[in-house]
Amino acid sequence: MLFLVNIIVAGLLAGLMYALVAIGFVLIYKASGVFNFAQGAMVLLSALTFVTLNEHGLPFWLCFIITVGVLIVASVLIEFLVLRPLVNRSPDTLFMATLGLSFVIEGLAQLVLGTDVHQLDLGIPDVPLKLYGLQVSDFDLFTAAVSILLVAVLALLFGKTRVGISLRAVADNTLAAQSIGIRLPHIWRIVWSVAGVVALIAGLLWGNRQGVQFSLSLVVLKAMPVLIIGGFSSIPGAIVGGLIVGATENLADIYIGPLVHGAVSDWFAYILATAFLLIRPNGLFGEKPIQRV
Amino acid sequence: MTAALMVRDVSLSFLGVRALTSLSFSVAQGEICALIGPNGAGKSSLLNVINGVYRADSGDILIDDQLFSHPTPARAAKIGIGRTFQNNALFRRMSVIDNVLTGLTRQGKAGFLELAFRLGRYSTEQRIERAQAEDILAFLDISAHRDAIVGQLPYGLQKRVELARALVALPKLLLLDEPMAGMNKNEKAELSQFISDVNRQLGTTIVLIEHDIGVVMGLSHHVVVLDYGRKVGDGTPEEVRRNPDVIAAYLGTRH
Repeated sequence: MLFLVNIIVAGLLAGLMYALVAIGFVLIYKASGVFNFAQGAMVLLSALTFVTLNEHGLPFWLCFIITVGVLIVASVLIEFLVLRPLVNRSPDTLFMATLGLSFVIEGLAQLVLGTDVHQLDLGIPDVPLKLYGLQVSDFDLFTAAVSILLVAVLALLFGKTRVGISLRAVADNTLAAQSIGIRLPHIWRIVWSVAGVVALIAGLLWGNRQGVQFSLSLVVLKAMPVLIIGGFSSIPGAIVGGLIVGATENLADIYIGPLVHGAVSDWFAYILATAFLLIRPNGLFGEKPIQRV
Repeated sequence: MTAALMVRDVSLSFLGVRALTSLSFSVAQGEICALIGPNGAGKSSLLNVINGVYRADSGDILIDDQLFSHPTPARAAKIGIGRTFQNNALFRRMSVIDNVLTGLTRQGKAGFLELAFRLGRYSTEQRIERAQAEDILAFLDISAHRDAIVGQLPYGLQKRVELARALVALPKLLLLDEPMAGMNKNEKAELSQFISDVNRQLGTTIVLIEHDIGVVMGLSHHVVVLDYGRKVGDGTPEEVRRNPDVIAAYLGTRH
C-alpha cells in the first residue's frame, strides 16, 4: 500500500513540473484564444539566458532580474512585430505565427548564447529523503511550493483588477475590447511578459533536473496532454491536468511497463489525452465559459 | 456657446467608394442629436470616424472646440466619448457588472504592479470604480441582473448593459448606434425614457442613429439627415420634417 502511495506521490510531484509549463500556455490562450507554440522556445530562451549570466559569475537574484528584463523586451518586440500586424486574424493564423516565432527564438537564442549543454544548480538537493515513509526530495517539495505560490500570484494578478477584467474582455471579444478603448498592445505585452516569467520559472526547475540545452524547448510536448486533459483556458485545469498526467504515467510505468517490456511513461500521457479528446474534448475545466484565475 | 461636437468637412471612402462627402455639422452642448438617413447613407461610418475606428480621408473632428487629432478608440474613450454599437459589442461570457467595469479601464491611474499587488492607489481606485459601476446599474435599473452572464440576458437588457458600459465613465459625448434596433414598442419607449434621463440628469450630449421616425421626433432636439454620404437636412425635428429634400431622400416622394 505504501508502495502504491509512493508511486502516486512521486507522480503528482513530477506532474507539477508539467503543470508549470502548461500554465504559460494557458495565460496566452486566455488572453487571445491562441495556442502559443513558442512557449517552449521561451522556456529555452529564459533558462539559457539565466544560466549564461550565472556562469559569468553574477549572483542568482541579479541573473533573475536581468532575465526577466530580457523576457519583457522580447514580449514588447513580439507584440510589435508579430501580434500587432495580425490583430483580429483567425486564431489559426496566430498559431502559425507562433510556430514560426518558436523557430526564430530558438535560433536566435542558440546563435547568441551557444548550443552547449549547461549544468544548472539551484542549490536545492534532489536526493530522496524519507518523510512519514514517503520518498520525496527537497527539490520536489520546492517545486510544489513554487507552483502553489505561482498560482496564488497569478490569481492576484488577473483576478478582479482592471487588468484582469480587460484581459478577459480581450479574450471574450477582441474587436469589442478594441472599440471601447482597451489598449490591446498594452494587455498583450503584460500577458506575454507574465507568461515569460512563468517560462523562466519552469525553465529553471526543468534545467536543474535535466540540464539547460535545446531539448528544454521540447517540454512543450509534455504540456500538450496536460492542456488537453485540464482544458486550455484554465489555470486550475493546468494544475489538475499536470497532476493526472504525472500520477497515471508513474502508475502505468510500474503496472503496465513490465507487460509491454518498455518505458510506458514516454507515451502514456498521449494515449490518455487522446481518450480525453474522444470523451471530453474541452478537458476537465475547459467547458466553463470563463475561469477566474 | 461651444459645440460639444463639430464635424468639419469630413470625407471618407473605402477603396474609391465614397462613404462620406464633405460633411459638416455641429452639435450643441446638452443636445440630443439624431442622425437619420436610408441604409448605407454613412451614419455608422460617421460615428466610427468620430470615435476613431475609421480615419477620415480629410476634414476634422472637434470636441468642445478642441481639435481631436490622431483619433483612436482608446484616445476617444480618454477624452470622454462613449459609444454603443449597432450589433451589440458586449463581452457575452462575462457578468453584467464586469462588462460595465470594462468601460472604466481608461480611467484609473494606478499602474499594473500597483493593481497586481494591491498596493498604493489600488484600493481607493477599486472602491471608486465599483461604486461608479453600481450607480450606473441602479440608474438604468439593471442592478437586479448585476451578476448575470450577459449572453443569457434578453436582448433589450443587453442593450441597456451596453448603454451602462458606455455611460459608466461619465462621457461628455455619447454616441449610440441604433440603440433601439430590434426592439418592440414597449422596449423602445422604455429605452427612450432612459436616454432622455441620461441627457437631462447627467447633462450628456448624445448623438444617436435611429430609424424609427416616431422615436426620433419625440426624443431629439436636433436632426441631421444623410443620404449617400451627404447632408441633406439639418435642423429641429419640425424643420427637417418640412424640408422637401429630406422628404424626397428619406421619407419618400409623393407620387
